[in-house]
Amino acid sequence: MMKFDKTIVEYTAKLARMKLSDKETRELALQLADILKYIEKLNQADTSGVEPTSHVLPIKNVFRQDKVKKSLNIADALKNAPEKEGDFFKVPRIIE
Amino acid sequence: MSELHKLTANQLKQEYKNGKTTPQGAMQALLERIEKIEPKVKAFAHLPERCLAKRCQAPLTQKIDRFEVPGTFLHGIPVAIKDNICVKDELTTCASKILEGFRPPYDATVIEKLRNAGAILFGKTNMDEFAFGSSCENSCYYPTRNPWDTARIPGGSSGGSAAAVAADEVTMALGSDTGGSIRQPASLCGVVGLKPTYGRVSRYGLIAFASSLDQIGPITKDVSDAALLMNVIAGHDERDTTSADVAVPDYIKSLTKNVKGLKIGIPKEYFIKGIDPEVKSAIEIAVKVLTDLGAICKEVSLPSTEYAVSVYYIIATAEASSNLARFDGVRYGYRHQGEASMIDMVANTRGDGFGAEAKRRIILGTFALSSGYYDAYYLKAQKVRTLIKRDFDEAFKKFDCIITPTSPTAAFKIGEKTSDPLSMYLSDIFTISANLAGIPAMSVPCGFTKDNLPIGMQILSKPFDEETIFRTAFTYEQNTQWHTRKPKL
Repeated sequence: MMKFDKTIVEYTAKLARMKLSDKETRELALQLADILKYIEKLNQADTSGVEPTSHVLPIKNVFRQDKVKKSLNIADALKNAPEKEGDFFKVPRIIE
Repeated sequence: MSELHKLTANQLKQEYKNGKTTPQGAMQALLERIEKIEPKVKAFAHLPERCLAKRCQAPLTQKIDRFEVPGTFLHGIPVAIKDNICVKDELTTCASKILEGFRPPYDATVIEKLRNAGAILFGKTNMDEFAFGSSCENSCYYPTRNPWDTARIPGGSSGGSAAAVAADEVTMALGSDTGGSIRQPASLCGVVGLKPTYGRVSRYGLIAFASSLDQIGPITKDVSDAALLMNVIAGHDERDTTSADVAVPDYIKSLTKNVKGLKIGIPKEYFIKGIDPEVKSAIEIAVKVLTDLGAICKEVSLPSTEYAVSVYYIIATAEASSNLARFDGVRYGYRHQGEASMIDMVANTRGDGFGAEAKRRIILGTFALSSGYYDAYYLKAQKVRTLIKRDFDEAFKKFDCIITPTSPTAAFKIGEKTSDPLSMYLSDIFTISANLAGIPAMSVPCGFTKDNLPIGMQILSKPFDEETIFRTAFTYEQNTQWHTRKPKL
Protein backbone atom coordinates (compact mmCIF):
# COMPACT_ATOMS: atom_id res chain seq x y z
CA MET A 1 0.00 0.00 0.00
CA MET A 2 2.70 2.49 0.96
CA LYS A 3 6.26 2.74 2.18
CA PHE A 4 6.41 2.85 5.96
CA ASP A 5 9.57 4.65 7.02
CA LYS A 6 11.23 6.73 9.73
CA THR A 7 9.52 9.95 8.59
CA ILE A 8 6.08 8.40 9.08
CA VAL A 9 7.03 7.12 12.54
CA GLU A 10 8.24 10.60 13.53
CA TYR A 11 5.07 12.22 12.21
CA THR A 12 2.84 9.64 13.94
CA ALA A 13 4.73 9.97 17.24
CA LYS A 14 4.05 13.69 17.09
CA LEU A 15 0.33 13.04 16.57
CA ALA A 16 0.41 10.62 19.53
CA ARG A 17 2.30 13.17 21.70
CA MET A 18 4.91 10.59 22.52
CA LYS A 19 8.66 11.19 22.46
CA LEU A 20 10.74 8.46 20.84
CA SER A 21 14.51 8.13 20.76
CA ASP A 22 16.29 7.80 17.40
CA LYS A 23 16.91 4.14 18.11
CA GLU A 24 13.22 3.53 18.89
CA THR A 25 12.17 5.39 15.74
CA ARG A 26 14.49 3.30 13.54
CA GLU A 27 13.38 0.02 15.13
CA LEU A 28 9.68 0.88 14.94
CA ALA A 29 10.00 1.81 11.25
CA LEU A 30 11.42 -1.64 10.48
CA GLN A 31 9.05 -3.63 12.73
CA LEU A 32 5.91 -1.78 11.67
CA ALA A 33 6.81 -2.05 7.97
CA ASP A 34 6.95 -5.80 8.54
CA ILE A 35 3.62 -5.88 10.39
CA LEU A 36 1.90 -3.66 7.81
CA LYS A 37 3.15 -5.91 5.04
CA TYR A 38 1.42 -8.82 6.78
CA ILE A 39 -1.74 -6.74 7.31
CA GLU A 40 -1.92 -5.94 3.57
CA LYS A 41 -3.39 -9.43 3.25
CA LEU A 42 -6.67 -7.62 4.00
CA ASN A 43 -6.70 -6.32 0.42
CA GLN A 44 -7.39 -9.85 -0.77
CA ALA A 45 -10.75 -9.85 1.05
CA ASP A 46 -13.66 -8.76 -1.12
CA THR A 47 -15.58 -6.20 0.90
CA SER A 48 -17.62 -4.59 -1.84
CA GLY A 49 -21.07 -3.83 -0.44
CA VAL A 50 -20.04 -4.94 3.09
CA GLU A 51 -20.97 -2.65 5.98
CA PRO A 52 -18.23 -1.96 8.55
CA THR A 53 -18.70 -3.39 12.08
CA SER A 54 -17.74 -0.96 14.82
CA HIS A 55 -19.64 -2.80 17.54
CA VAL A 56 -20.92 -6.37 17.60
CA LEU A 57 -24.10 -5.83 19.60
CA PRO A 58 -27.06 -3.82 18.37
CA ILE A 59 -26.35 -0.74 20.41
CA LYS A 60 -28.34 2.39 21.00
CA ASN A 61 -27.65 5.57 22.85
CA VAL A 62 -28.30 5.17 26.55
CA PHE A 63 -29.88 8.11 28.32
CA ARG A 64 -30.34 8.60 32.02
CA GLN A 65 -32.44 11.00 34.05
CA ASP A 66 -30.91 14.46 34.15
CA LYS A 67 -30.51 14.33 37.92
CA VAL A 68 -27.56 15.14 40.12
CA LYS A 69 -26.07 12.00 41.61
CA LYS A 70 -23.34 11.40 44.11
CA SER A 71 -19.93 11.48 42.40
CA LEU A 72 -16.25 11.61 43.37
CA ASN A 73 -15.44 14.43 45.72
CA ILE A 74 -12.64 16.83 44.82
CA ALA A 75 -10.16 15.39 47.31
CA ASP A 76 -10.59 11.85 45.91
CA ALA A 77 -10.40 13.05 42.31
CA LEU A 78 -7.14 14.88 43.05
CA LYS A 79 -5.65 12.16 45.22
CA ASN A 80 -3.57 10.58 42.43
CA ALA A 81 -2.47 13.84 40.76
CA PRO A 82 1.30 14.22 40.29
CA GLU A 83 0.88 17.94 41.08
CA LYS A 84 -2.05 19.94 42.36
CA GLU A 85 -2.84 23.36 43.76
CA GLY A 86 -5.99 24.04 45.76
CA ASP A 87 -8.85 22.34 43.96
CA PHE A 88 -6.95 22.04 40.66
CA PHE A 89 -4.63 19.75 38.73
CA LYS A 90 -1.41 21.68 38.16
CA VAL A 91 0.37 21.50 34.78
CA PRO A 92 3.22 23.41 33.10
CA ARG A 93 2.43 26.56 31.16
CA ILE A 94 0.07 26.01 28.21
CA ILE A 95 -0.11 29.51 26.69
CA GLU A 96 3.17 31.24 25.78
CA MET B 1 -0.51 -31.11 56.67
CA SER B 2 -3.46 -29.60 54.85
CA GLU B 3 -3.54 -29.25 51.10
CA LEU B 4 -6.07 -26.43 51.16
CA HIS B 5 -4.16 -24.46 48.54
CA LYS B 6 -4.95 -27.18 45.98
CA LEU B 7 -8.71 -27.08 46.45
CA THR B 8 -11.16 -25.58 44.00
CA ALA B 9 -13.62 -22.95 45.21
CA ASN B 10 -16.42 -25.51 45.20
CA GLN B 11 -14.32 -27.90 47.29
CA LEU B 12 -13.39 -25.11 49.72
CA LYS B 13 -17.06 -24.18 50.11
CA GLN B 14 -17.76 -27.80 51.00
CA GLU B 15 -14.91 -27.84 53.56
CA TYR B 16 -16.29 -24.67 55.15
CA LYS B 17 -19.79 -26.12 55.21
CA ASN B 18 -18.56 -29.31 56.89
CA GLY B 19 -16.63 -27.27 59.42
CA LYS B 20 -13.34 -28.83 58.35
CA THR B 21 -11.65 -25.49 57.82
CA THR B 22 -12.28 -21.76 57.77
CA PRO B 23 -11.46 -18.94 55.35
CA GLN B 24 -8.58 -18.04 57.69
CA GLY B 25 -7.22 -21.56 57.30
CA ALA B 26 -7.48 -21.43 53.50
CA MET B 27 -5.82 -18.03 53.38
CA GLN B 28 -3.00 -19.19 55.61
CA ALA B 29 -2.37 -22.23 53.37
CA LEU B 30 -2.26 -20.00 50.27
CA LEU B 31 0.04 -17.46 51.90
CA GLU B 32 2.44 -20.27 52.86
CA ARG B 33 2.27 -21.63 49.33
CA ILE B 34 2.99 -18.16 47.89
CA GLU B 35 5.94 -17.70 50.22
CA LYS B 36 7.37 -20.99 49.01
CA ILE B 37 6.90 -20.80 45.25
CA GLU B 38 6.22 -17.21 44.25
CA PRO B 39 9.98 -16.49 43.89
CA LYS B 40 9.97 -19.11 41.09
CA VAL B 41 6.68 -18.18 39.42
CA LYS B 42 6.33 -14.41 39.97
CA ALA B 43 2.62 -14.46 39.23
CA PHE B 44 1.78 -11.39 41.32
CA ALA B 45 2.37 -7.73 40.57
CA HIS B 46 1.23 -6.85 44.10
CA LEU B 47 1.21 -9.62 46.68
CA PRO B 48 -1.83 -10.18 48.87
CA GLU B 49 -0.04 -9.76 52.18
CA ARG B 50 1.40 -6.46 51.13
CA CYS B 51 -1.60 -4.89 49.51
CA LEU B 52 -4.84 -6.77 49.93
CA ALA B 53 -4.80 -9.31 52.74
CA LYS B 54 -5.36 -6.56 55.27
CA ARG B 55 -8.63 -5.73 53.55
CA CYS B 56 -9.90 -9.25 54.07
CA GLN B 57 -10.71 -8.68 57.71
CA ALA B 58 -14.30 -7.67 57.08
CA PRO B 59 -15.49 -10.75 55.16
CA LEU B 60 -13.63 -12.98 57.60
CA THR B 61 -15.60 -11.73 60.54
CA GLN B 62 -18.83 -12.81 58.89
CA LYS B 63 -20.20 -16.04 60.16
CA ILE B 64 -19.22 -18.98 57.97
CA ASP B 65 -22.64 -20.56 58.18
CA ARG B 66 -24.04 -17.64 56.21
CA PHE B 67 -22.08 -18.58 53.11
CA GLU B 68 -25.00 -20.28 51.34
CA VAL B 69 -27.19 -17.23 51.77
CA PRO B 70 -27.55 -15.33 48.47
CA GLY B 71 -25.05 -12.51 48.49
CA THR B 72 -22.39 -14.55 50.21
CA PHE B 73 -21.98 -16.94 47.31
CA LEU B 74 -18.19 -16.81 47.40
CA HIS B 75 -17.84 -16.38 51.11
CA GLY B 76 -14.21 -16.82 52.17
CA ILE B 77 -12.99 -17.76 48.67
CA PRO B 78 -9.66 -16.12 47.77
CA VAL B 79 -9.75 -14.50 44.30
CA ALA B 80 -6.72 -12.85 42.64
CA ILE B 81 -7.35 -9.83 40.42
CA LYS B 82 -5.55 -8.89 37.22
CA ASP B 83 -3.71 -5.61 37.72
CA ASN B 84 -5.86 -3.72 35.16
CA ILE B 85 -9.03 -3.99 37.28
CA CYS B 86 -9.60 -1.15 39.74
CA VAL B 87 -9.66 -2.04 43.43
CA LYS B 88 -10.38 0.98 45.62
CA ASP B 89 -7.28 2.38 47.32
CA GLU B 90 -5.07 -0.57 46.22
CA LEU B 91 -2.26 -0.37 43.66
CA THR B 92 -3.69 -0.81 40.14
CA THR B 93 -0.94 -0.23 37.59
CA CYS B 94 -1.58 -2.37 34.47
CA ALA B 95 2.06 -3.43 35.02
CA SER B 96 3.07 -0.08 33.52
CA LYS B 97 5.47 2.57 34.77
CA ILE B 98 3.06 5.26 33.54
CA LEU B 99 0.54 4.19 36.22
CA GLU B 100 3.09 3.84 39.01
CA GLY B 101 1.57 4.43 42.42
CA PHE B 102 -1.99 4.66 41.11
CA ARG B 103 -4.64 3.84 43.71
CA PRO B 104 -8.15 4.06 42.22
CA PRO B 105 -10.71 6.08 44.17
CA TYR B 106 -13.41 3.50 43.35
CA ASP B 107 -14.03 -0.24 42.84
CA ALA B 108 -14.71 -1.82 39.46
CA THR B 109 -18.21 -3.31 39.28
CA VAL B 110 -16.79 -6.86 39.29
CA ILE B 111 -14.89 -6.03 42.50
CA GLU B 112 -18.04 -4.67 44.12
CA LYS B 113 -19.79 -7.90 43.15
CA LEU B 114 -16.96 -10.05 44.56
CA ARG B 115 -17.05 -8.12 47.84
CA ASN B 116 -20.84 -8.48 48.06
CA ALA B 117 -20.46 -12.21 47.42
CA GLY B 118 -18.05 -12.47 50.36
CA ALA B 119 -14.89 -13.20 48.33
CA ILE B 120 -11.42 -12.47 49.68
CA LEU B 121 -9.54 -10.16 47.29
CA PHE B 122 -6.21 -11.91 47.16
CA GLY B 123 -3.55 -9.83 45.41
CA LYS B 124 -3.10 -8.24 41.99
CA THR B 125 -1.65 -10.44 39.27
CA ASN B 126 1.10 -9.64 36.80
CA MET B 127 0.31 -9.02 33.13
CA ASP B 128 1.68 -7.68 29.89
CA GLU B 129 1.68 -3.88 30.14
CA PHE B 130 -1.89 -2.65 29.44
CA ALA B 131 -2.68 -6.25 28.34
CA PHE B 132 -0.47 -5.81 25.26
CA GLY B 133 1.11 -9.20 24.73
CA SER B 134 0.83 -12.97 24.69
CA SER B 135 3.66 -13.90 27.05
CA CYS B 136 3.63 -11.73 30.18
CA GLU B 137 7.12 -10.54 29.23
CA ASN B 138 5.90 -6.98 28.65
CA SER B 139 5.39 -6.26 32.36
CA CYS B 140 7.27 -3.30 33.86
CA TYR B 141 8.01 -5.54 36.88
CA TYR B 142 9.30 -8.93 35.70
CA PRO B 143 8.15 -11.72 33.40
CA THR B 144 5.86 -14.30 35.00
CA ARG B 145 6.97 -17.91 34.53
CA ASN B 146 4.99 -20.97 33.52
CA PRO B 147 4.49 -23.26 36.57
CA TRP B 148 4.92 -26.33 34.31
CA ASP B 149 8.37 -25.18 33.16
CA THR B 150 9.76 -22.00 34.65
CA ALA B 151 12.01 -21.42 31.61
CA ARG B 152 8.81 -20.84 29.63
CA ILE B 153 6.20 -18.11 29.37
CA PRO B 154 2.77 -18.55 31.02
CA GLY B 155 1.02 -16.87 28.08
CA GLY B 156 -0.60 -13.49 28.24
CA SER B 157 -1.73 -11.05 28.86
CA SER B 158 -3.48 -12.52 31.94
CA GLY B 159 -0.39 -14.71 32.51
CA GLY B 160 -0.16 -13.82 36.21
CA SER B 161 -3.75 -14.89 36.88
CA ALA B 162 -3.33 -18.18 34.98
CA ALA B 163 0.05 -18.98 36.59
CA ALA B 164 -1.23 -18.16 40.11
CA VAL B 165 -4.22 -20.50 39.70
CA ALA B 166 -2.13 -23.28 38.07
CA ALA B 167 0.53 -23.03 40.79
CA ASP B 168 -2.11 -23.18 43.57
CA GLU B 169 -1.15 -19.71 44.83
CA VAL B 170 -4.80 -18.69 44.76
CA THR B 171 -8.14 -20.49 44.44
CA MET B 172 -9.47 -18.57 41.45
CA ALA B 173 -8.73 -15.37 39.51
CA LEU B 174 -10.14 -12.70 37.24
CA GLY B 175 -8.51 -11.90 33.90
CA SER B 176 -9.42 -9.79 30.90
CA ASP B 177 -9.51 -10.88 27.27
CA THR B 178 -9.20 -8.61 24.23
CA GLY B 179 -7.73 -11.08 21.72
CA GLY B 180 -7.19 -14.22 23.80
CA SER B 181 -5.70 -12.84 27.01
CA ILE B 182 -7.73 -15.16 29.25
CA ARG B 183 -7.88 -18.27 27.02
CA GLN B 184 -4.29 -18.44 25.73
CA PRO B 185 -2.62 -18.27 29.21
CA ALA B 186 -5.27 -20.66 30.60
CA SER B 187 -4.36 -23.08 27.82
CA LEU B 188 -0.61 -22.73 28.33
CA CYS B 189 -0.91 -23.13 32.13
CA GLY B 190 -3.40 -26.03 32.07
CA VAL B 191 -6.34 -24.25 33.70
CA VAL B 192 -9.84 -23.16 32.64
CA GLY B 193 -10.41 -19.67 31.21
CA LEU B 194 -13.63 -18.14 29.87
CA LYS B 195 -14.07 -15.02 27.76
CA PRO B 196 -17.77 -14.27 28.14
CA THR B 197 -19.94 -12.77 25.39
CA TYR B 198 -19.13 -9.11 24.69
CA GLY B 199 -21.40 -7.17 27.04
CA ARG B 200 -22.02 -10.06 29.47
CA VAL B 201 -19.79 -8.71 32.26
CA SER B 202 -19.55 -5.03 33.20
CA ARG B 203 -16.25 -3.36 32.35
CA TYR B 204 -16.75 -0.39 34.64
CA GLY B 205 -13.39 -0.06 36.37
CA LEU B 206 -11.47 -2.17 33.87
CA ILE B 207 -8.70 0.01 32.48
CA ALA B 208 -9.60 0.04 28.78
CA PHE B 209 -7.44 -1.46 26.03
CA ALA B 210 -9.81 -1.92 23.03
CA SER B 211 -13.35 -1.00 23.97
CA SER B 212 -15.13 -2.96 21.23
CA LEU B 213 -13.29 -6.18 22.22
CA ASP B 214 -12.46 -6.19 25.98
CA GLN B 215 -14.23 -8.58 28.38
CA ILE B 216 -13.52 -9.60 31.98
CA GLY B 217 -13.77 -13.32 32.77
CA PRO B 218 -12.83 -16.15 35.15
CA ILE B 219 -9.61 -18.20 35.29
CA THR B 220 -10.18 -21.28 37.46
CA LYS B 221 -8.97 -24.78 38.30
CA ASP B 222 -12.04 -26.44 36.78
CA VAL B 223 -15.22 -25.78 34.81
CA SER B 224 -17.54 -25.75 37.86
CA ASP B 225 -15.51 -22.95 39.45
CA ALA B 226 -15.80 -20.91 36.25
CA ALA B 227 -19.61 -21.29 36.44
CA LEU B 228 -19.55 -20.26 40.11
CA LEU B 229 -17.53 -17.11 39.38
CA MET B 230 -19.64 -16.22 36.32
CA ASN B 231 -22.78 -16.41 38.46
CA VAL B 232 -21.29 -13.64 40.58
CA ILE B 233 -19.79 -11.31 37.95
CA ALA B 234 -22.23 -11.51 34.98
CA GLY B 235 -25.04 -9.04 34.44
CA HIS B 236 -26.08 -5.64 33.19
CA ASP B 237 -24.58 -2.52 34.80
CA GLU B 238 -25.84 0.96 34.11
CA ARG B 239 -22.32 2.32 34.64
CA ASP B 240 -21.10 0.39 31.56
CA THR B 241 -23.40 1.41 28.71
CA THR B 242 -21.99 -1.38 26.52
CA SER B 243 -23.04 -4.04 29.03
CA ALA B 244 -26.02 -5.98 27.70
CA ASP B 245 -29.43 -5.95 29.36
CA VAL B 246 -29.89 -9.69 28.86
CA ALA B 247 -31.09 -12.05 31.62
CA VAL B 248 -28.28 -14.07 33.26
CA PRO B 249 -29.00 -17.77 33.73
CA ASP B 250 -27.73 -19.84 36.66
CA TYR B 251 -24.59 -21.26 35.04
CA ILE B 252 -24.28 -23.99 37.65
CA LYS B 253 -27.47 -25.51 36.22
CA SER B 254 -25.74 -25.94 32.84
CA LEU B 255 -23.12 -28.26 34.37
CA THR B 256 -24.77 -31.40 33.06
CA LYS B 257 -22.79 -34.43 31.94
CA ASN B 258 -24.52 -34.87 28.61
CA VAL B 259 -23.54 -33.96 25.06
CA LYS B 260 -25.81 -36.45 23.34
CA GLY B 261 -26.95 -35.04 20.01
CA LEU B 262 -24.95 -31.83 20.49
CA LYS B 263 -23.79 -30.54 17.09
CA ILE B 264 -20.14 -29.50 17.15
CA GLY B 265 -18.36 -27.82 14.23
CA ILE B 266 -14.63 -28.31 13.69
CA PRO B 267 -13.35 -25.49 11.48
CA LYS B 268 -10.86 -26.75 8.91
CA GLU B 269 -9.14 -23.33 8.72
CA TYR B 270 -7.79 -23.85 12.27
CA PHE B 271 -5.70 -26.87 11.38
CA ILE B 272 -3.10 -24.96 9.46
CA LYS B 273 0.57 -25.18 8.67
CA GLY B 274 2.48 -24.11 11.78
CA ILE B 275 0.22 -25.87 14.27
CA ASP B 276 2.20 -28.17 16.53
CA PRO B 277 1.40 -31.81 15.61
CA GLU B 278 1.03 -32.66 19.31
CA VAL B 279 -1.60 -29.91 19.69
CA LYS B 280 -3.41 -31.08 16.57
CA SER B 281 -3.46 -34.67 17.78
CA ALA B 282 -4.68 -33.70 21.29
CA ILE B 283 -7.64 -31.83 19.77
CA GLU B 284 -8.46 -34.73 17.46
CA ILE B 285 -8.49 -37.11 20.44
CA ALA B 286 -10.69 -34.69 22.42
CA VAL B 287 -13.15 -34.52 19.52
CA LYS B 288 -13.18 -38.32 19.47
CA VAL B 289 -13.98 -38.36 23.21
CA LEU B 290 -16.95 -36.04 22.65
CA THR B 291 -18.11 -38.09 19.66
CA ASP B 292 -18.00 -41.26 21.76
CA LEU B 293 -20.14 -39.47 24.34
CA GLY B 294 -22.80 -38.84 21.73
CA ALA B 295 -21.90 -35.47 20.20
CA ILE B 296 -22.14 -35.07 16.44
CA CYS B 297 -18.84 -33.58 15.28
CA LYS B 298 -18.52 -32.36 11.70
CA GLU B 299 -16.21 -30.15 9.70
CA VAL B 300 -17.28 -26.53 9.24
CA SER B 301 -15.71 -23.70 7.26
CA LEU B 302 -14.92 -20.23 8.62
CA PRO B 303 -13.42 -18.87 5.40
CA SER B 304 -12.39 -15.41 6.69
CA THR B 305 -10.23 -16.83 9.51
CA GLU B 306 -7.00 -15.97 7.70
CA TYR B 307 -7.76 -12.24 8.03
CA ALA B 308 -8.43 -12.27 11.80
CA VAL B 309 -4.93 -11.30 12.96
CA SER B 310 -4.70 -8.44 10.46
CA VAL B 311 -8.14 -7.08 11.37
CA TYR B 312 -7.33 -7.37 15.06
CA TYR B 313 -4.01 -5.55 14.94
CA ILE B 314 -5.67 -2.60 13.16
CA ILE B 315 -8.83 -2.37 15.29
CA ALA B 316 -7.26 -3.21 18.65
CA THR B 317 -4.32 -0.82 18.20
CA ALA B 318 -6.56 1.96 16.86
CA GLU B 319 -8.81 1.71 19.90
CA ALA B 320 -5.80 1.38 22.22
CA SER B 321 -4.19 4.50 20.82
CA SER B 322 -7.33 6.51 21.69
CA ASN B 323 -7.84 4.86 25.08
CA LEU B 324 -4.22 5.44 26.09
CA ALA B 325 -4.38 9.13 25.20
CA ARG B 326 -5.57 9.68 28.79
CA PHE B 327 -2.13 8.84 30.20
CA ASP B 328 -0.64 12.31 29.99
CA GLY B 329 0.91 12.89 33.41
CA VAL B 330 -1.86 15.26 34.52
CA ARG B 331 -4.40 13.34 36.65
CA TYR B 332 -2.65 10.18 37.82
CA GLY B 333 0.47 8.09 37.57
CA TYR B 334 3.94 9.05 36.41
CA ARG B 335 4.92 12.57 35.32
CA HIS B 336 8.21 13.50 33.70
CA GLN B 337 9.59 16.44 35.61
CA GLY B 338 11.35 19.62 34.58
CA GLU B 339 9.55 20.79 31.43
CA ALA B 340 8.54 24.37 30.86
CA SER B 341 5.73 23.53 28.45
CA MET B 342 2.69 21.31 28.66
CA ILE B 343 3.30 19.60 25.28
CA ASP B 344 6.88 18.65 26.19
CA MET B 345 5.74 17.35 29.58
CA VAL B 346 3.10 15.10 27.96
CA ALA B 347 5.46 13.83 25.21
CA ASN B 348 8.25 13.04 27.68
CA THR B 349 5.89 11.46 30.22
CA ARG B 350 4.53 9.12 27.54
CA GLY B 351 7.94 8.47 25.98
CA ASP B 352 9.34 7.57 29.38
CA GLY B 353 6.30 5.90 30.93
CA PHE B 354 5.24 3.44 28.19
CA GLY B 355 7.17 0.25 27.45
CA ALA B 356 8.25 -0.90 23.98
CA GLU B 357 5.11 -2.88 23.08
CA ALA B 358 2.78 -0.10 24.23
CA LYS B 359 4.70 2.36 22.05
CA ARG B 360 4.56 -0.01 19.08
CA ARG B 361 0.77 -0.34 19.40
CA ILE B 362 0.18 3.37 19.98
CA ILE B 363 2.16 4.21 16.83
CA LEU B 364 0.45 1.50 14.75
CA GLY B 365 -3.01 2.51 15.98
CA THR B 366 -2.42 6.24 15.56
CA PHE B 367 -1.14 5.58 12.05
CA ALA B 368 -4.17 3.43 11.14
CA LEU B 369 -6.49 6.24 12.23
CA SER B 370 -4.49 9.10 10.72
CA SER B 371 -5.68 11.21 7.81
CA GLY B 372 -4.99 9.58 4.46
CA TYR B 373 -4.72 6.03 5.84
CA TYR B 374 -8.04 5.65 7.68
CA ASP B 375 -9.98 4.15 4.73
CA ALA B 376 -7.20 1.80 3.63
CA TYR B 377 -6.60 0.37 7.11
CA TYR B 378 -9.24 1.10 9.76
CA LEU B 379 -12.35 1.12 7.56
CA LYS B 380 -11.15 -1.89 5.58
CA ALA B 381 -10.51 -3.79 8.83
CA GLN B 382 -14.01 -2.97 10.11
CA LYS B 383 -15.51 -4.36 6.90
CA VAL B 384 -13.49 -7.58 7.09
CA ARG B 385 -14.61 -7.82 10.74
CA THR B 386 -18.17 -8.03 9.39
CA LEU B 387 -17.10 -10.99 7.20
CA ILE B 388 -15.59 -12.77 10.22
CA LYS B 389 -18.76 -12.24 12.24
CA ARG B 390 -20.90 -13.54 9.33
CA ASP B 391 -18.81 -16.74 9.20
CA PHE B 392 -19.82 -17.49 12.79
CA ASP B 393 -23.47 -16.49 12.23
CA GLU B 394 -23.59 -18.99 9.36
CA ALA B 395 -21.81 -21.74 11.31
CA PHE B 396 -24.12 -21.40 14.32
CA LYS B 397 -27.15 -21.96 12.08
CA LYS B 398 -25.93 -25.54 11.77
CA PHE B 399 -23.90 -26.11 14.94
CA ASP B 400 -24.41 -25.61 18.69
CA CYS B 401 -20.74 -24.93 19.31
CA ILE B 402 -17.33 -24.94 17.64
CA ILE B 403 -14.14 -26.60 18.84
CA THR B 404 -10.59 -25.51 17.96
CA PRO B 405 -7.17 -25.56 19.56
CA THR B 406 -6.74 -22.53 21.88
CA SER B 407 -3.16 -21.88 20.80
CA PRO B 408 -1.14 -23.30 17.88
CA THR B 409 1.67 -24.42 20.22
CA ALA B 410 2.28 -25.18 23.88
CA ALA B 411 4.18 -22.60 25.99
CA PHE B 412 7.28 -21.20 24.28
CA LYS B 413 10.55 -20.22 25.95
CA ILE B 414 11.05 -16.87 27.66
CA GLY B 415 12.74 -14.53 25.17
CA GLU B 416 11.95 -16.73 22.17
CA LYS B 417 9.63 -14.25 20.44
CA THR B 418 10.50 -10.91 22.02
CA SER B 419 12.56 -9.64 19.09
CA ASP B 420 9.94 -10.60 16.50
CA PRO B 421 6.62 -8.86 17.30
CA LEU B 422 4.83 -10.40 14.30
CA SER B 423 5.52 -13.98 15.40
CA MET B 424 4.25 -13.03 18.88
CA TYR B 425 1.05 -11.58 17.34
CA LEU B 426 0.51 -14.82 15.40
CA SER B 427 0.34 -16.83 18.65
CA ASP B 428 -3.15 -15.29 19.11
CA ILE B 429 -4.32 -16.61 15.75
CA PHE B 430 -7.01 -18.96 17.15
CA THR B 431 -8.39 -16.74 19.91
CA ILE B 432 -8.80 -13.37 18.16
CA SER B 433 -11.89 -14.21 16.08
CA ALA B 434 -14.10 -14.69 19.16
CA ASN B 435 -13.38 -11.11 20.27
CA LEU B 436 -13.98 -9.71 16.77
CA ALA B 437 -17.32 -11.56 16.57
CA GLY B 438 -18.21 -10.82 20.23
CA ILE B 439 -18.96 -14.48 20.99
CA PRO B 440 -18.12 -16.43 24.18
CA ALA B 441 -15.20 -18.88 24.19
CA MET B 442 -13.54 -21.05 26.81
CA SER B 443 -10.23 -22.87 27.01
CA VAL B 444 -10.21 -26.22 28.86
CA PRO B 445 -7.21 -28.52 29.43
CA CYS B 446 -7.17 -31.36 26.89
CA GLY B 447 -3.78 -33.02 27.19
CA PHE B 448 -0.03 -32.60 27.51
CA THR B 449 2.94 -32.58 25.14
CA LYS B 450 5.82 -35.07 25.48
CA ASP B 451 7.62 -32.36 27.47
CA ASN B 452 4.72 -32.29 29.94
CA LEU B 453 3.36 -28.91 28.81
CA PRO B 454 -0.42 -28.37 28.92
CA ILE B 455 -2.55 -28.17 25.76
CA GLY B 456 -5.91 -26.36 25.69
CA MET B 457 -9.07 -26.89 23.69
CA GLN B 458 -11.22 -23.89 22.80
CA ILE B 459 -15.02 -24.14 22.80
CA LEU B 460 -16.97 -21.30 21.15
CA SER B 461 -20.71 -20.70 20.99
CA LYS B 462 -23.39 -18.17 20.06
CA PRO B 463 -23.62 -14.77 21.76
CA PHE B 464 -25.04 -15.14 25.30
CA ASP B 465 -24.95 -18.94 25.07
CA GLU B 466 -22.22 -19.58 27.65
CA GLU B 467 -24.47 -22.44 28.85
CA THR B 468 -23.63 -24.67 25.86
CA ILE B 469 -19.94 -24.03 26.50
CA PHE B 470 -20.29 -24.97 30.17
CA ARG B 471 -22.22 -28.12 29.29
CA THR B 472 -19.69 -29.25 26.67
CA ALA B 473 -16.65 -28.36 28.76
CA PHE B 474 -18.01 -29.95 31.92
CA THR B 475 -18.91 -33.19 30.13
CA TYR B 476 -15.46 -33.38 28.54
CA GLU B 477 -13.65 -32.51 31.78
CA GLN B 478 -15.53 -35.06 33.89
CA ASN B 479 -14.74 -37.78 31.36
CA THR B 480 -11.02 -37.00 31.00
CA GLN B 481 -9.68 -35.51 34.27
CA TRP B 482 -6.81 -33.55 32.67
CA HIS B 483 -7.61 -30.72 35.10
CA THR B 484 -6.53 -32.80 38.09
CA ARG B 485 -2.85 -32.86 37.03
CA LYS B 486 -0.59 -30.49 38.93
CA PRO B 487 2.78 -28.98 38.01
CA LYS B 488 5.79 -30.06 40.06
CA LEU B 489 7.22 -26.93 41.59
